[in-house]
Amino acid sequence: MRKTHLAPAAVGGALTLAVLLSGCVANNPASSALTVDITDDGCNVSAATAASGAVKFTASNKGTQVNEFYILADDKLRIVGEKENITPGATVDYVAQLSPGTYYTECKLGMVGAGIGTSKFTVTGDEVALSGTDKEQSDTAVTNYVAYIKEQTDGLVTNVAAFTAAYVAGNDDEARALFPTARTNYERIEPTAEAFGDLDPKIDFREPMATEDGIPFTGFHRIEKDLWAPAGFTPSTPAERQELADGLNANVKQLFDLVREKDFTVSLSDISNGAIGLLEEVATSKITGEEDEFSHTDLWDFQANVEGASVAYGNVRDIAVSKGDDGKKLVEKIDKQFDALNKQLAAYGSLDAGFVTYDQLSTQQVKELSDGINALSEPLSQLTHTVLGIAE
Amino acid sequence: MTTPDDRMPEQPDQPHDSAQPDPAVSGGTPAASAASAASGASAAVGHSGDPATDARPKRTLSRRGLFGLAGAAAGGLVVGGAGATAVAQATASGTSGAADSYAFFGANQAGIVTPAQDRLHFAAFDLSSTASREDVVELLQDWTLAASRLTQGLDVSEDGAVGGPSLAPPDDTGEALGLPAAGLTITIGFGPTLFTSRDGIDRFGIADKRPAALVDLPHFSGDTLDDAQSGGDLCIQACADDPQIAVHAIRNLSRIAFGRASLRWSQLGFGRTSSTSTAQATPRNLFGFKDGTANIKLEQPEIVDDQVWAQKTDGAGWMAGGSYLVSRKIRMLIENWDRVALGEQERVVGRDKGEGAPLSGGTEFTEIALDKTGDDGRSIDTAAHVRLAHPSQNKGQQLLRRGYNFVDGNDELGRLNAGLFFIAYQRDPRTQFIPIQRQLSQNDLMNEYIKHVSSGIFAVPPGARNADDYIGSTLFG
Repeated sequence: MRKTHLAPAAVGGALTLAVLLSGCVANNPASSALTVDITDDGCNVSAATAASGAVKFTASNKGTQVNEFYILADDKLRIVGEKENITPGATVDYVAQLSPGTYYTECKLGMVGAGIGTSKFTVTGDEVALSGTDKEQSDTAVTNYVAYIKEQTDGLVTNVAAFTAAYVAGNDDEARALFPTARTNYERIEPTAEAFGDLDPKIDFREPMATEDGIPFTGFHRIEKDLWAPAGFTPSTPAERQELADGLNANVKQLFDLVREKDFTVSLSDISNGAIGLLEEVATSKITGEEDEFSHTDLWDFQANVEGASVAYGNVRDIAVSKGDDGKKLVEKIDKQFDALNKQLAAYGSLDAGFVTYDQLSTQQVKELSDGINALSEPLSQLTHTVLGIAE
Repeated sequence: MTTPDDRMPEQPDQPHDSAQPDPAVSGGTPAASAASAASGASAAVGHSGDPATDARPKRTLSRRGLFGLAGAAAGGLVVGGAGATAVAQATASGTSGAADSYAFFGANQAGIVTPAQDRLHFAAFDLSSTASREDVVELLQDWTLAASRLTQGLDVSEDGAVGGPSLAPPDDTGEALGLPAAGLTITIGFGPTLFTSRDGIDRFGIADKRPAALVDLPHFSGDTLDDAQSGGDLCIQACADDPQIAVHAIRNLSRIAFGRASLRWSQLGFGRTSSTSTAQATPRNLFGFKDGTANIKLEQPEIVDDQVWAQKTDGAGWMAGGSYLVSRKIRMLIENWDRVALGEQERVVGRDKGEGAPLSGGTEFTEIALDKTGDDGRSIDTAAHVRLAHPSQNKGQQLLRRGYNFVDGNDELGRLNAGLFFIAYQRDPRTQFIPIQRQLSQNDLMNEYIKHVSSGIFAVPPGARNADDYIGSTLFG
């Protein structure tokens, strides 16, 4: 959460993702050709490896419902390629430019919910130089990032529903366990959510900010206060809990809907600045431990912010590399510092296994994390200029 | 005075204050002229070569490369004669008598025998746990380049505060725009933990190069040191006649260090407590007494060579032309002191408060006569500060003191958190600071009114010879 909202990201032009995707690859003959058998409960790619370069996937939906095909980066978060709206009986071609590395393929039945048939997919061979015009490169980055935002709001709705159900039922232990991870999807895309001016205050404001703005204190942190009630605080009644839960569910659903509106998109600078902004978010409110003042689960948010920054950066990284030596040096530096920061965080836990609570960290440990953030933020702050400001 | 917007694009290297030097006011006051002249001769001991060439950064350093800062390194001009002139005295805020700018490159680092400027920002850094030897060298190269520019009144890079692309954060933080160099010197030192970490690890392969003189300071009687405010792998002393300039230097150098080193502690000093040149009036410390009357002065080259500069024959050859810095933050219990009778204050110090003359008689610069009784019947107490610190009581050993007054707000009891941030340069702390301080800490009458709360010792290597060199090259090169 932050007080200063980014300018809304939406721009008017109705972008048709499929058109952009095909435009991006039109002149690149595929070096590998694979098939994808899609069923309602399967997503079977004909090979688990391919040579780097243009990889053509011919996807056939043999199931009964509309489906989507995804290629994810090795963090299983960043979307590298996506073909949506594959109707039953249809066979479609999709060509992705893949550099050497580890990827994951999966399908998404009904275009929501968890991925189906998630499988490791390995690409070997030479690095692939980014091809296409600036516009095409930018469109690819935007397309993949928008798909990722949708994916995260999907997870958000699901996870918040489970969390609030436990809270409403009075299963406080379960609710406390679910609280930090229910926030993860939100924290990964915070700058996007903040772009919708009135939504972030309802979802993620801390009490002092709500008070300052004269709005009711609702959302994650109001529920957090119930679950980790400070001395002298009168906890909510069951009816009040229901109301708070309904409000949070409605607001995250609204976010889910907004990012699926036809004219929703982001700009390349939104992505790049989003990466920078997520790190600043960590530097200002997470490092101080003020974000989760009752639960002290700040490290979950910290990790999610860093992941979100990493995904946003990953979407424009190739563009930065294509800007010549300065770009290459910059990504080398940023890659190194992301690695270092991730290692630092891993010493305290993970999103899957849980983290230590923030009040257990010594001042020296917090300083080391702060140093890590500074080390990454300095080069990362140059990203937007490199991506947008340097002519090839 | 022109504003940044008036800068011609082909003149990226204009000083912060890009007013043209006016010969009529160059050199400013007589004091400044004298200091400038002195610095030309002596402060610049060995500062060789054409400053106009020396001040021109040639190398492409990592930060430049990273930011893609302008290929042609030094398209622009270089500020006036280093160590002298250029900006009108009228714009200099200080009274230290320091020159407007000092040459950065030379055999010794500036900021040691340089006439003490009025303001200090001192910073100690710890290297990142992931920093490699290459990172350390690169950091020292980047600091050298930045310091060579800042000390000439330039922004930290060619793009500077407002000359860069609008989509990127500016290289320079900008608060020095429109200000002159203000006599800025930047002096870099290496702490014992650079050579061997606190865990005993030789992180950078230089443990065997640690000079024997760079000892861990022993505990002195009465020490109440705060570890978090003491030590450090690296230090930077930034002195200037304008506090904004000194802070600007530390701020930008800290920023350059992100990812490689971070601040461990830092200290602002608002008034010099020593003269390091005969051209300077003796300032007063927060006890209200003149301080540094008998200090080593740059006009005493034999004493400087004998007591301040490390020599090749001293052991660590790479330190030749360097010096050893000891810092001590000395809290003064000024509320107690202020309730002490004048005569008693003078007995503690051993000098008269108004003139600064020794109690053995004469005027400020009269040689102290330890066993003589003055005309008024007073003499120097056996435990007076000036007696115990006197070279005759310390085997002839002296220190070049370069300390500053500080006030860091107040404590929870409503007392000013004030005192002296003591800095001393010397050839070998084992024979200079340590025995002198041992003697003082045990017997000095002044101990009742002071408390040492932080401590540091740093090997300050020789200067960078030119723009192709860097501070620390004799150690890492």
